[in-house]
Amino acid sequence: MKTLAELAALRDKARNQVAMREGKAKTKIVVGMGTQGIDAGARDVLLAFAKELDKDNLFETAVVTQNAALAIDGKLPVVEVYEDGKKTATYVNMTADKAVKVVNDHIKGGKVVADYTL
Amino acid sequence: MIRTHVLVCGGTGCTSSGSVAIREALVKEIAAKGIADEVKVVGTGCFGLCALGPIMIVYPDGTFYSMVKIEDVPEIVEEHLLKGRVVERLEYYDAKTEALIKEGKQVGLKDTNFYSKQKRVVLRNCGLINPEVIEEYIARDGYKALGKVLTEMTPETVVDTMLKSGLRGRGGAGFPTGRKWMFAAQQPAGKKYVCCNADEGDPGAFMDRSVLEGDPHAVLEAMAIAGYAIGSDQGYIYVRAEYPIAIHRLEIAIKQAREYGFLGKNIFGTDFNFDIQLRLGAGAFVCGEETALMTSIEGKRGEPRPRPPFPAVKGLFGRPTILNNVETLANVAQIILNGPEWFTAMGTEKSPGTKVFALGGKIVNTGLVEVPMGTTLREVVEEIGGGIPNGKKFKAAQTGGPSGGCLPASLIDTPIDFDSLIAAGSMMGSGGLIVMDETTCMVDIARFFLDFTVDESCGKCTPCRIGTRRLLEILDKIIAGEGTLEDIDKLEELCTFIKSASLCALGQTAPNPVLSTLRFFRDEYIAHVVDKKCPAGVCKNLMRYHINPDLCKGCSACSRVCPVGAISGEIKSPFTIDTTKCIKCGACMEKCRFNAIEKI
Ligand SMILES: Cc1cc2nc3c(=O)[nH]c(=O)nc-3n(C[C@H](O)[C@H](O)[C@H](O)COP(=O)(O)O)c2cc1C
Repeated sequence: MKTLAELAALRDKARNQVAMREGKAKTKIVVGMGTQGIDAGARDVLLAFAKELDKDNLFETAVVTQNAALAIDGKLPVVEVYEDGKKTATYVNMTADKAVKVVNDHIKGGKVVADYTL
Repeated sequence: MIRTHVLVCGGTGCTSSGSVAIREALVKEIAAKGIADEVKVVGTGCFGLCALGPIMIVYPDGTFYSMVKIEDVPEIVEEHLLKGRVVERLEYYDAKTEALIKEGKQVGLKDTNFYSKQKRVVLRNCGLINPEVIEEYIARDGYKALGKVLTEMTPETVVDTMLKSGLRGRGGAGFPTGRKWMFAAQQPAGKKYVCCNADEGDPGAFMDRSVLEGDPHAVLEAMAIAGYAIGSDQGYIYVRAEYPIAIHRLEIAIKQAREYGFLGKNIFGTDFNFDIQLRLGAGAFVCGEETALMTSIEGKRGEPRPRPPFPAVKGLFGRPTILNNVETLANVAQIILNGPEWFTAMGTEKSPGTKVFALGGKIVNTGLVEVPMGTTLREVVEEIGGGIPNGKKFKAAQTGGPSGGCLPASLIDTPIDFDSLIAAGSMMGSGGLIVMDETTCMVDIARFFLDFTVDESCGKCTPCRIGTRRLLEILDKIIAGEGTLEDIDKLEELCTFIKSASLCALGQTAPNPVLSTLRFFRDEYIAHVVDKKCPAGVCKNLMRYHINPDLCKGCSACSRVCPVGAISGEIKSPFTIDTTKCIKCGACMEKCRFNAIEKI
């Protein structure tokens, strides 16, 4: 460790170890789980979100979490997106592929993917 | 691709209630469920709510579980981590979160009354990072202050920054840290030392331990900064051997810091060298006193010596030395990074910043709290502390441990800072805050602390060695019901002598618990010596148990629980206590369902 720049690089690399615990991410993606949701493939969706956020180093921007109570009959898996605590989209009949698009267009691009919403 | 972090407290409190086994069970169960590469288990330092341990927090939501048992682990993993169904029965409830939970909201740590009023500077990383992983400290801007100081600031500007911040020592006396550093920096160049006082001898205080256990690098970084400021290349941390977890984490931290080059030679590519060694203390209270501490590091018997010369001039091994408390040091890197103005914006004008208190005694939330200086005692006790349990009334709060005094209910709106506490006849001390209710006898409390100082007096000077023993004897006499009004005068006179004639602050402050209880609760002393009564019903010689015949139903529960067979009577008619046999253990009173047994 010789310079501040070297330290800053190390810090940036280590940020994803703690960022989630600081609660600073403005966007929260909630995947409806529960037994039914899981049967409908909610775990794939959850993992696809987690993988996509991780791949693009979005840990300071968004977190993905789960809620057992979130479900809409016949439209599982359901995903809600909150920004600054306000709900900005409810996605239904989600799949892992759709999750990738939501991250790219909505989380990164700021545009709700209207095709997937309720 | 981690989506969830589960933090499990690994501080001394939670460790003693089994958190290590819980952490291991959690890791196993998570692996068994096949989610080990999505969920990470992290051991951390103390979260603060020690009475509710073991504590677990699940991020990103910050769900806060308390009193977790090993049997709860499968349910947490299956329901919460896998399905997203929070295990409500383990969630922490207080007046505030209960309402939120009822509305179906996800409640996090920060929503609780206990946390929302706190301001965490010293404890900013405690319970948030894994203290055994240096990268997590670096991710929280760790060692950036050291880098900034070494590459962008002169030693003079570092001292100047500390002076401007107004930081005062958290070890007890509240001496301005910047001034201490300035005196040592002004000494001619040559071998100088930086010492960290982690002896923490005040019974009931454990903030220093928590910082060392939860964020050890913060102390190492501050010591290196201090070394640069005064021109020292060697630091010592004096930590008591009774803190094995703290010592273990410090050893790991020092090793990791050396590996990264934050300690050692040519730090940040400059010609500044600094290294740190640990010295273990055997747990004598007097070794927390700065001159005794340094004598002990030198390998001699830990006894104080007169000052001057002050350590800044002639300290460890006769060389210029600065000595700072753990909590003091934990502020340093933050002051460098955020600037002195940021620091002075918190707290009061003369006591800037925050203070950590170890809340204990008759209070709902026992644990560690950090609040801005100037927060009132009422806010700490009623809001953060959750008030007094069992509907009892607040009687007094003891601050400053064996060197401090108490604040009675009439002073509950006192802002807590160095000067207000002194004005109220107490002192900050290291930040122990013991809450007392109506069932506490103030003479007994004074005796408790005196008993401690008599035990801990090192014996070097007469006023402390013999004077405190005489004080204790008089208190014992009063508690036994054999005291007189002259004894109270004698107490006061003796206190004054001990204060003015003792060699170090141990003796100089030892009379404080007596003086302050005399000041605010003189009527209790008088009740003991004149009426031969202990108003709180604590002093055994001054009270007896009595069965109220109007309330007694003659159920015999009391006589069955009495260990000495002092209670007798006929079923369905009032029982009586033979006071010559009674040992006043109180078991009967606890057992009685009709409130028929009273202390008189
Ligand atoms: C009997 C006695 C015990 C003390 N114990 C401690 C202690 O455990 N920890 C501590 O930091 N300071 C303790 N002090 C205060 C130290 O002498 C010293 O003032 C302090 O460590 C300086 O650090 P600071 O300026 O950062 O507060 C004690 C003082 C006395 C008289």
